[in-house]
Amino acid sequence: MNAASAQRAAPRVNDMAFKIGTVNGTGSASANGLLRRAIFRMGVPVSGKNLFPSNIQGLPTWYEIRANARGHTARTAQFDLVVAMNPATYARDIAETASGGWVLHDSSWPLPRGLGREDVAFLGIPLARMTVENFQGARTRILMKNICYVGAMAALLNIDLDLVKELLRETFAAKPKLLDANFLAIDLGADYARQRFDCPLPTHLERMDGNEDSILVDGNTAAALGCVYAGATVAAWYPITPSTSLVDAFTAFCHQHRKDPDTGKNNFAIVQAEDELAAAGMVVGAAWTGARAFTSTSGAGLSLMSEFIGLAYYAEIPSVFFDVQRVGPSTGMPTRTQQADIQFAAYASHGDTKHVVLFPSDPRECFDFAVEAFDLADRFQTPVFVLSDLDIGMNDWVVPKLAWDDAYRPDRGKVLSAAELEGAGTFHRYLDVDGDGVPNRTLPGVHPNGAFVTRGSGHDRYGAYTEDSEPYSDVMDRLRRKIDGTARHLPAPEVAWAEEPSGEGRNPDGDGSGRRVEIAPDGSGGDPAGSPSNKQVRIGLVTVGGCRGAALEALEELERLGVAADFLRIRAFPFHPSVEAFLQGHERNFVVEQNRDGQLLNLLATETSAPKESLIPVRYYGGLPMSRHHVMEGLAPYLQARTAAAAATTQTVPAQTPAVPSEERNP
Amino acid sequence: MTHIAKPRVRHPGLATNRLGLTRRDYEGGMSTLCAGCGHDSITAAIVQAFWEMDIEPHKVVKTSGIGCSGKTPAYFLKEAHGFNAVHGRMPSITTGAHAANRELVCIGVSGDGDSLSIGMGQFAHVVRRNVDMLYVLENNGVYGLTKGQFSASADRGSKAKRGQVSREHPIDPVLLALSLGAGFVARSFSGDKEQLVPILKAGLRHRGFALVDVISPCVTFNDHHGSTKSYEYTRDHVNALVHADFVPPAEEIETTYEAGDARTVVMHDGSRIQFRKVPADYDPRDRDRVYAYVRERQRAGEVATGLLHLEPPGRPGSETDFHGIHGTADAPLAHCSFEELCPGATTLEEIQRAFR
Repeated sequence: MNAASAQRAAPRVNDMAFKIGTVNGTGSASANGLLRRAIFRMGVPVSGKNLFPSNIQGLPTWYEIRANARGHTARTAQFDLVVAMNPATYARDIAETASGGWVLHDSSWPLPRGLGREDVAFLGIPLARMTVENFQGARTRILMKNICYVGAMAALLNIDLDLVKELLRETFAAKPKLLDANFLAIDLGADYARQRFDCPLPTHLERMDGNEDSILVDGNTAAALGCVYAGATVAAWYPITPSTSLVDAFTAFCHQHRKDPDTGKNNFAIVQAEDELAAAGMVVGAAWTGARAFTSTSGAGLSLMSEFIGLAYYAEIPSVFFDVQRVGPSTGMPTRTQQADIQFAAYASHGDTKHVVLFPSDPRECFDFAVEAFDLADRFQTPVFVLSDLDIGMNDWVVPKLAWDDAYRPDRGKVLSAAELEGAGTFHRYLDVDGDGVPNRTLPGVHPNGAFVTRGSGHDRYGAYTEDSEPYSDVMDRLRRKIDGTARHLPAPEVAWAEEPSGEGRNPDGDGSGRRVEIAPDGSGGDPAGSPSNKQVRIGLVTVGGCRGAALEALEELERLGVAADFLRIRAFPFHPSVEAFLQGHERNFVVEQNRDGQLLNLLATETSAPKESLIPVRYYGGLPMSRHHVMEGLAPYLQARTAAAAATTQTVPAQTPAVPSEERNP
Repeated sequence: MTHIAKPRVRHPGLATNRLGLTRRDYEGGMSTLCAGCGHDSITAAIVQAFWEMDIEPHKVVKTSGIGCSGKTPAYFLKEAHGFNAVHGRMPSITTGAHAANRELVCIGVSGDGDSLSIGMGQFAHVVRRNVDMLYVLENNGVYGLTKGQFSASADRGSKAKRGQVSREHPIDPVLLALSLGAGFVARSFSGDKEQLVPILKAGLRHRGFALVDVISPCVTFNDHHGSTKSYEYTRDHVNALVHADFVPPAEEIETTYEAGDARTVVMHDGSRIQFRKVPADYDPRDRDRVYAYVRERQRAGEVATGLLHLEPPGRPGSETDFHGIHGTADAPLAHCSFEELCPGATTLEEIQRAFR
């Protein structure tokens, strides 16, 4: 079968997804990166999702690339083109090819019988044979086979070969011999494809200008940069997928930008601890001494850190914890993604504790929230969590360029100087001197008057040990006030109101075109409650973190279906007051998240006055990044009921569809 | 309450150190430990050592874990920041504090349960990291606050107050530290202030990790017949201790021990422990021989005390202590100005070229 013989879907330009199935340890990552970056440089918004095993060599691994002119780069479950390089996963890979799509495979050997699909075109390229004929050495041949398929893909999808070669030139600037080999491999693949197939395929890419002010970066790199820019000097950590690359990146940036120019010595200390308990202890110890300190971990590590997290909460020590979430419980699936630490982070450790948690949705927010986390930790003298996940942390996303204001200065909070302590009399560590729940703090080594004993055991407002009810409760009550008081100072949710079906938009910023308009994410604007009828007609689509892309795509689909859906993305806990208002403004809030038990939903139910029955779970927790269809599947029961209700009421009230009594519906 | 504030009374006749401070200026709150607890003697020795070393109290960070030993930082150096951390985690807190501000003098107080059971991982790694600190291990063989369970340093065959017999091998912090590569390993006895103070001073002066394991019998839970940490047992079996008189710098460390000398220490209950001096062929720089010697004395039923092992300092530039390993700047990281730390907007633009 060849490309021409399959039933073609409507050709599409700059709207496609493809998937490359290889064996891990064969160097395919750099080949796939080449494709992703070339598409980015063509100006097409693009994402790359690496689905890799917890293994070093020999197991199946996939790379998914989605390019979309409108910026929809969440994961999708259907692939227009599949590069099947791993015989062990042929059947699965071919099954995931969209009807009317293409499968590129190595035709050095015949495909096993029974894999054929009538609705898919098979593009065979003898990659192994070509590399054996043109290259020497087993390792080189394996690597060049990958570069060969890059060449073929470039021809098939109309990816600019000059851009691919430009990228190779940048990579191998110091190794001309390797550059020649790579160029040859690219040309071999591209030439073969051009000679045998109709290039480009009907579904392909064209240059556009969608990435002018964007970058392609992963969240861990961006978060590490945030730590550098926030002035963090001490990092303590224990290696754990998927957070390791955060500290790796921090280390690399520090070596480039944090050396004393005169002495060559380091203005940083990065300690690979013996375990996560020690990592957390070092962070707490360093922060207590006055450095900005952080750790980076994943769920399993956070479990071990929870002992120190409770201490940092109770003894009020600023500390920053990055949790790049992976699939739990226990070891779970270490190389798969999830949002399953939401509840844990919110209340980590025994006793009455509650924490500030920030939820970035992409690498740009990883950068911004990293800086914000240090300020919040210092300002409120408490642990702050930045919860990203494997998909955000390890995959490359197209995001607006990271911005930096040179006028920024860290908010170190209420730290008393030697001058302030001189002659100040006895210092009382936990006295609410300003009435805002945040006491003054002193650092070791500054002044004798600042001394006190920090302890995780019961203490009173003066910092002295206590086992008495009232002094203990006094401090605990203030701590609750302090943490609850953070809500208004945390990143407000991102909100987008649907246009009224009738055209009388509630959104003051609406442009009247029916297009969804996002309000600046300060939580202001719009009347979230709306009228009682609005409450029933409009639905709330609530989400968090990396589900944003899938949820926004689902919103568009809902719009096409005529469903007025308002969008709320939680960006921090404790919840901003506008969160509660939004939830109460909708009789149905669909809470989209990546865990089994609806952890964000539970938190909303516990921490807001929204009726629990107004919160409806939409969950996907299989370990892959969420895609639009997961959201739509979760909404399916509602949409079906809505359609049924509409059908039942068409005789009396035309054109309206919600599953509510007709008299309550919006005209 | 674990401490009671002491009234600050300055007697005009009290001796002062070079900073003009009296010994009282190095004290802390009143101890709430059992009367006669060895830990209080150690606290007094710590006060003495800091005073004699002319260290500004507020330039000290005193850390501890959980247990009777964990309470003691409240009883000395009231002008120093203290951190009573969680059980067994004092080393990581100290490591972080030292990483952030290398100018501070770090003293950590721990116990045998804190260091050898729940915190043995952190103990091992703080040795390995060679954090510049004085680590005082107050070793009594039992858990006091939970009323007398064996700790990991309890000897095999030792009997608990309620009759149970310890059947597991003890962990010896001195042998452990020696095998982990510690550059300063000492053992002393809470009742021998004359030996302990110079050792503490030497430990404060040592660059890198310094362990002082201090035998400190528990008067409440481990002083009965059948316990190998009781005074009775000590009197009968651990009657000869070795003192190694190698303490740099020589002029700062005073000792009354003479080579070939032997003496008896009378403890608060009247029991005696004999100390012996450095054998002629003893070389405290030779880790392997020190290890062998300590084991040999143990087999003979003795507990060797003194500054047992001291590694000579390395050449300048080849320091193997924490900050030497990390190549950290000379100024404390906590004092770095933000301008030094933030690369700025222009550099961020440059960095992001790699993201395209």
